[in-house]
Amino acid sequence: MKTARWRKMLGWIGLYALWIALTLFTVLPIYWMFVVSSRSRVQLFDAPTLLIRSFYIQNYTGPLSDPVFQRYLLNSLYIAVGNALLVTVLALFATYALSRWRLPGADNIFFWTITNRMAPPAAFLLPLFLLYTQVFRIGNWTLFDTQIGLILLYCVFNLPFAIWLMKGIMDGIPVEIDEAAMVDGASQWTVLWRVIVPLAAPGLAITFILSLIFAWNEYLFAATLTSVNARTITTGLAEFVTVTGTNWGQMAAVATISILPALIFLVFVQRYIVTGLTFGAVKE
Amino acid sequence: MRSNRLGWLLLSPSLIVLFIVGFLPFLYVIWVGFHDWNIFAATRGMSWAGANNYRRLVFDQDFLAALWRTLVFTFTVVTSELVLGFVLAQTLTRQFPGRAFFRTIYVLPLVVAPIAVGATWRLMVIPGFGPIPYFLERWFGIQYRIGTYAEHAWATAVLMDIWHWTPFVTLTLLAGLSAIPREPLEQAMVDGANRWQVFRYITIPMMMPVILTVVFIRIMDALRVVDEVYMLTNGGPGTATTLIGLHIFRVVFPKTDYGYGSAMSLLVLYVTIVMCWLLFVALANVGKQKA
Repeated sequence: MKTARWRKMLGWIGLYALWIALTLFTVLPIYWMFVVSSRSRVQLFDAPTLLIRSFYIQNYTGPLSDPVFQRYLLNSLYIAVGNALLVTVLALFATYALSRWRLPGADNIFFWTITNRMAPPAAFLLPLFLLYTQVFRIGNWTLFDTQIGLILLYCVFNLPFAIWLMKGIMDGIPVEIDEAAMVDGASQWTVLWRVIVPLAAPGLAITFILSLIFAWNEYLFAATLTSVNARTITTGLAEFVTVTGTNWGQMAAVATISILPALIFLVFVQRYIVTGLTFGAVKE
Repeated sequence: MRSNRLGWLLLSPSLIVLFIVGFLPFLYVIWVGFHDWNIFAATRGMSWAGANNYRRLVFDQDFLAALWRTLVFTFTVVTSELVLGFVLAQTLTRQFPGRAFFRTIYVLPLVVAPIAVGATWRLMVIPGFGPIPYFLERWFGIQYRIGTYAEHAWATAVLMDIWHWTPFVTLTLLAGLSAIPREPLEQAMVDGANRWQVFRYITIPMMMPVILTVVFIRIMDALRVVDEVYMLTNGGPGTATTLIGLHIFRVVFPKTDYGYGSAMSLLVLYVTIVMCWLLFVALANVGKQKA
């Protein structure tokens, strides 16, 4: 009897020890980045300590008062919000159609969308670069180095996942509800805005936030498809390292700024992230 | 009566966007892959090259090495994450105070920008002020130098990927575990099966669809890792951590050898599709066995 209780106790202690250790392991690299961002160049090479005794705010004020960096930050914001809005609206329309109409070939289309997400981005760097600089052009204007270019491009990754996420939500709204509204004389358009959108609002919010985070986080295409005007904060972060004599404190500060959206929305998205990342194949 | 026209009208914007930025590049890369095209060469335009680019590709040592490295990397991280994820998911099946808190923190790496993940780990391992080399040297006398030793760079890249993606594997498997009905497990226990037997003959088979989904997504994503490793090691030392995506981004892309680069891109796409297809067949088979 007593040993059984002891074993149970040990089990609990082990469980907590494991999860506290894991939490520390998860947080440590990010916390260390924050520590580095609080130090001047000289302080950096002191023995590693996790305490922040003084805060070298210049690491933050330096980049934040630099017009180039300000533009990076604004670009990231425009592009992420623009893409998230576009993706959410497109996915709303698309899944409303996929869920409420029996369109011939719709199932194939539904599966085709996901193949876009599977493609390795590196394989599309070159063709997209060529299309953006040479093929998609009107006079002297090309999609290269424009915000709209990246907003459209990020649909390749965000739209498939948004469609898969929203499809489950849309199918969960009973058709009887729209039919009742239509009997009362509402058009399909009215049903979409007055009935479906309010009911699907939580799903739309999750789609919007996850798209925003993924678009904000993207680096590879932002680095190859922009040069000056549409550079984002992720490319700015990478630029710190390529220059000789990296200013690690500033780099850490910029990295900390770059993960802010993720931190802000973490609590909201954590319950949906699995559904989002598995395209709704696995639900929690 | 719902008219199909409105249905298509609602669906078409998504299809048009995906066609322009998803499908068109795919067709274009096939087309360019059969041409010689280098804007810095004497002849600036495209000229038909047939399969020459592909012939060059199968003898390109750098490309083949990067591809092989990527496969090894993918195998290493996906296996580690699956085993770790399974163990951790098991510990989360019970409710306990603080579980929600641990879970929330644990999800953090999934939403951090990959490029920032690379930055954080780089800061962890910089010789001079990173804590990992500092304590390894102090306590074990190990000179940890990711810029010098290939094994150190490789180990850091693997560790970083495990840090980044094990949470995803864990939570997905947890979702699967929670959906397993309890009766067969309890019945087996009553019939005298031990824990290992229950795990091996009941839990694993019932979890197979979820396991394959996770492996599928992880393989896809591991094959395309670029940002993190670029930031961490820039593919070095030498080419020790140059995965295939990074090879295209860092070596092929700046050379403006568009025809050859396109052929390589297409081959990478082909390898990904083949691997996913093989897994898909496995997935379908398991689905059939279950039914």
